[in-house]
Amino acid sequence: MTTIQLTINNHEKTIEAPPMKRLLDVLREDLLLTGAKEGCGEGECGACAVLINGELVNSCLVPILQAEGAEITTIEGLVIDEKLHPIQRCFLEEGGAQCGICTPGMILATHHLLEKHPQPTLLQIQEGLNGNLCRCTGYMRIFNAVQQAALAGAAK
Amino acid sequence: MASTPQIVGRSPLRKEGAAKVLGRAQYVDDIILPGMWFGATVRSTIPRGRITSIKFDPTIPWHEFTIVSAADIPGENTIVHLSKDHPCLAVSHVNHAEEPILLLAHPNRSVLPAAVAAVHITYEELPAIYTIEDSEKKEQIIWGEGEQANTFKTYLMQKNQVPIPDEIWEKAGFIVEGEYRTGAQEQLYIENNGVIAEYSATEGVTVRGSMQCPFYLVHALSLVFNLPAEKCRVIQTETGGAFGGKEDFPSVIGSHAALLAMKSGHPVKLCYDRAEDMAATTKRHPSRTRHRTAVSKDGKLLAGEIDFALDGGAYATLSPVVLSRGTIHAPGPYNWPYITVRAKAMATNIPPHGAFRGFGAPQSIFALERHMDKIAKVVGLTPEELRRRNFLSTGDRTATGQLLSDPVDMQHLLTRALEESNYHAKRAEFDRENPTSTIKRGIGFATFFHGAGFTGSGERRLNSLVEIELTPEGLPRILVSSTEFGQGTNTILCQVAAQTLNVPYDQVLIAQPDTNHVPNSGPTVASRTAMIVGKLVERAAQSFLDTLAPFLSSRTLSEADWGKGSAVSSDAAPNYTPKDFRRAAQRYLAQHGSLKSEARFESPDNIFWDDETYSGEAYPAYAWAVHVAEVAVDTTTYSANVTNFYTVQEVGKVLHPILAAGQIEGGVAQGIGYALYERCLWHNGHLANNQMTNYIMPTSADIPPIHVTFEEVPSPHGAYGAKGIGELPMDGPAPAILNAIEHATNIAFTEIPLLPEDIFERMTLIPNAGAESLDPAVAGPIFSEATA
Amino acid sequence: MRSNVTNYELIAPTSLDAALQILADSPDRYTPIAGGTELMVALGAGRLQSKKLVSIWNLEELRFIEVTPDAIIIGAGTTFTDIRQHPVIANEFSILSHAASWTGSIANQNRGTLGGNIVNASPAADSPPALLAYDAELTLVSTRGPRTLPYCDFHLAYKETALEPDELLYSITILRNYSSYKSYIRKVGPRNAQAISKVALAVLARKDNGHIPSLIQDIRIGAASLREYPTRLAAAEKSLTGKTITTETIAAARAAVLTEARPINDIRSTAKYRATVAANLLEEFLHTL
Repeated sequence: MTTIQLTINNHEKTIEAPPMKRLLDVLREDLLLTGAKEGCGEGECGACAVLINGELVNSCLVPILQAEGAEITTIEGLVIDEKLHPIQRCFLEEGGAQCGICTPGMILATHHLLEKHPQPTLLQIQEGLNGNLCRCTGYMRIFNAVQQAALAGAAK
Repeated sequence: MASTPQIVGRSPLRKEGAAKVLGRAQYVDDIILPGMWFGATVRSTIPRGRITSIKFDPTIPWHEFTIVSAADIPGENTIVHLSKDHPCLAVSHVNHAEEPILLLAHPNRSVLPAAVAAVHITYEELPAIYTIEDSEKKEQIIWGEGEQANTFKTYLMQKNQVPIPDEIWEKAGFIVEGEYRTGAQEQLYIENNGVIAEYSATEGVTVRGSMQCPFYLVHALSLVFNLPAEKCRVIQTETGGAFGGKEDFPSVIGSHAALLAMKSGHPVKLCYDRAEDMAATTKRHPSRTRHRTAVSKDGKLLAGEIDFALDGGAYATLSPVVLSRGTIHAPGPYNWPYITVRAKAMATNIPPHGAFRGFGAPQSIFALERHMDKIAKVVGLTPEELRRRNFLSTGDRTATGQLLSDPVDMQHLLTRALEESNYHAKRAEFDRENPTSTIKRGIGFATFFHGAGFTGSGERRLNSLVEIELTPEGLPRILVSSTEFGQGTNTILCQVAAQTLNVPYDQVLIAQPDTNHVPNSGPTVASRTAMIVGKLVERAAQSFLDTLAPFLSSRTLSEADWGKGSAVSSDAAPNYTPKDFRRAAQRYLAQHGSLKSEARFESPDNIFWDDETYSGEAYPAYAWAVHVAEVAVDTTTYSANVTNFYTVQEVGKVLHPILAAGQIEGGVAQGIGYALYERCLWHNGHLANNQMTNYIMPTSADIPPIHVTFEEVPSPHGAYGAKGIGELPMDGPAPAILNAIEHATNIAFTEIPLLPEDIFERMTLIPNAGAESLDPAVAGPIFSEATA
Repeated sequence: MRSNVTNYELIAPTSLDAALQILADSPDRYTPIAGGTELMVALGAGRLQSKKLVSIWNLEELRFIEVTPDAIIIGAGTTFTDIRQHPVIANEFSILSHAASWTGSIANQNRGTLGGNIVNASPAADSPPALLAYDAELTLVSTRGPRTLPYCDFHLAYKETALEPDELLYSITILRNYSSYKSYIRKVGPRNAQAISKVALAVLARKDNGHIPSLIQDIRIGAASLREYPTRLAAAEKSLTGKTITTETIAAARAAVLTEARPINDIRSTAKYRATVAANLLEEFLHTL
């Protein structure tokens, strides 16, 4: 077991866990932040995506020891004063979520994309989200949601 | 007074939407119950054989575990679907790789994989069969006996029950034959199968989890546990995609978890990881269709013989029903003076196949629409002209003899689809440019229909019931067993109720499907929810309103007026506000304590189906569609890409435009995967590519723009005229895409998935270069690892 | 999750020297783990044999990109995102930049390192073809000091490299010699993103335009998935060096590719497909010259 200090959604946390425990499992089991999901366990589907120091990362591939001192943002941390973040609102309005299991990762990937490209082209959107698999939507309405979020000036 | 605001036909925010975007929706693996243990399954490593020994490696502290075998089953060792051939746990024999043999439970999830690996099972292997052809040979009988050896089900469907007269063939202008094949397809919902089960000697069994049909699981549990249905409680949790893959399979995983809960005395969570889910659970049935068609010189269909065969895997599960739908859809939206469809579902030693969106129709429609393009070529007509000369139309009879009394206009749908996709201009442009380009472009289409609701007498047998109750706060709450798993069930049913009750959409609630509290409105399958269940919600809401009517009048009523007939007639414009409604509801509750209305399915008078002759009204309503696909085939890499996709569909009333379009887009994306990317690679009956890395599903970079156009011809059978749309979009993409690829390359591919290696083999005519050679055994062990 | 994580040890030294000392001292083999995009997949699948791991993630001694007048030196701990964002790499080493852009997804590029991609030694890895074409040189370090070797000598057999058990890959050096070269890189996978390549080719060629028609002065062809490790296609290079582009030379180059390529049938593709597509890719490039 090892002790790790990190910041999750702006809260400092101290975790006791085996150093190879996956960040995904620490979030879900130790911190009860179940927004990040396990879809594949091999970094293919993006359902486990979180932001580490502002960078989009698949949390199923991060041993917790390597997150020492990091700032982690999960889907639970995106809400602003108990209100939907503009990206969340656009996903809701545009039909960008159907079953919702890919949605936390997809929204974080969108957030990450819009930070880098506040007015992304469709090609940039496709690339930015290419690590997040959605089986329900066929991606069309996700692209719409991202474009609407860009128009709404979602990049803080 | 106030006119009724339009709720149906608009796109209000989904009831379940906010929780999803916030990441607060609770899927089964997010749920923890006090004292919960975890389960795992010990599975067969061989495809067929007799179990000769089971040994438990002494390095594991087995006393910490609960171990369940078939001997622990209180009731019947069966997972009931339509028949009882499917064991809950194997006893002496196994018939497919990954067949469940034992179950383990332990409080610590992380020790289970090692424990599973420490159960050593030896077998006497028997020869296994993996293809329809090997099953047909009946050299190895793996299921049934005699006439039914290896054969789960057969159907003979003949129009008017008349065989095709010989002179039809003799006098035909052309006889066109073709054979078409489709492969297995994995549903690949992003949330794997999972459940949490509890058991108490007094209360019975409770299972909550990811599923489509809570009452199917109730039925399965009642047999496994020998308990009445009331003691088998099933609750659907937020479900992360299903597509049919959680229609019949939860009966397996739910029974397993419940057995572990019973024996361990703890709640047990049993959630599969991706590798296990892909290897062990149901897939789409592979198919082989043979067409033999007599056509007149001017392109009229004279007669068709269709042999339609499905690979059902090791146990029957839903194969008879999949076969049924495939059979009925095999003739497509065309007039057949004579047609004979012989259908069969065969057994193989592969994990049993099951429901997947489309349910047999994508298979038979693929064959038909490829074959129609072939017929066109032989006869010398364009694909368009051939369809136009043969389309069914209003007043015609289908192959089952069903009179199409609702308006049907495939001519118009085809015209519209070809216009919207700029089909003719593109076809000419590609013909001009292809000879001098390394990228060959093509455009092709498919025309088809899809029946909504259960086949024939199915809806009558389901006898669905819907209820609406009043909450203590005076809000109507819908009670159905219909489940939401992305398609917006909760939303559209609330829209229907709100529209009928004339209250705001926000003020209609819907209960979580908990079989202790909701009636059986039937399974959430067969594109039936908007149409059949929606109609029942509409009726239940009307009945609700009628009950509430005396309390809704704007006149001051004396005591004596109450109950004396409705102050609000259902035909008059509603003359109450939402506030009036709440007040009336609360007054009703004060007087009567509770209000619950119900509506039960009533079989329409003019729906008649004969299971013996396979004739009559197969479905109460059909949706009609045309899909147009544009493709680019890169002759450098032999890869085919879909570059544009147009859909035009007539679906009755569109209840929620955004959700409806989302269904089409998602279905088309799965259809594109079915056609060009998703191959199940079997090696000795094992799924070799049971990971997302090696089972290729389209990413956001692979999907073209998908254009959706709806037309609406309201159906009397559906809520506000709605028909089913969930499965419709699955039928068109594969044939449209292969038709387009034929235009691009002049090669008639007849099998899906069509991989670059297959295109390479045909283009270069190098033998054994195609995807059949994707065999890791040939390469040797070093390259069979999972990752690069 | 098929492994019991309590059975694994992971230590995170804070300096490169400390990491090297661990590798030198320990009689048990410590396996270095950088971004984890490979080893954590194995952990999840229950296939991670090594129970002792040493983290070299984000060591600043390994995560750098240094530009000198003659060369660019990329630390082994540099991520694919780092590589994509670097202007000199984008301008002067575009095929490496491209390779980084299609290595996995954005999330995987944020963690995957160039060193990991090389040391993992998959024949299908994305950056080796470009590195081979650029004649990259590797610097390896241990407590015994550094040593360099050409990258083309690094792979010895399938998943067997010249890296000693106590060594780490330190850096990858590429000379800034390629501004006059035409470049080409193409990866062929089962889909447009997030794909393991079936075959990939990276080509650099310099023409002698003083000659009419121009002839190929120098050509380097790096390939993935044609052998049991990433390779240069030496026979194809030889068939083209000093030649002009004609139907005959293209045919000869194609034939050379087909002889020296020895791909396999595996779960992803077939040998014949890989070999022919490799020849097609080369021909596609030659037509642009």
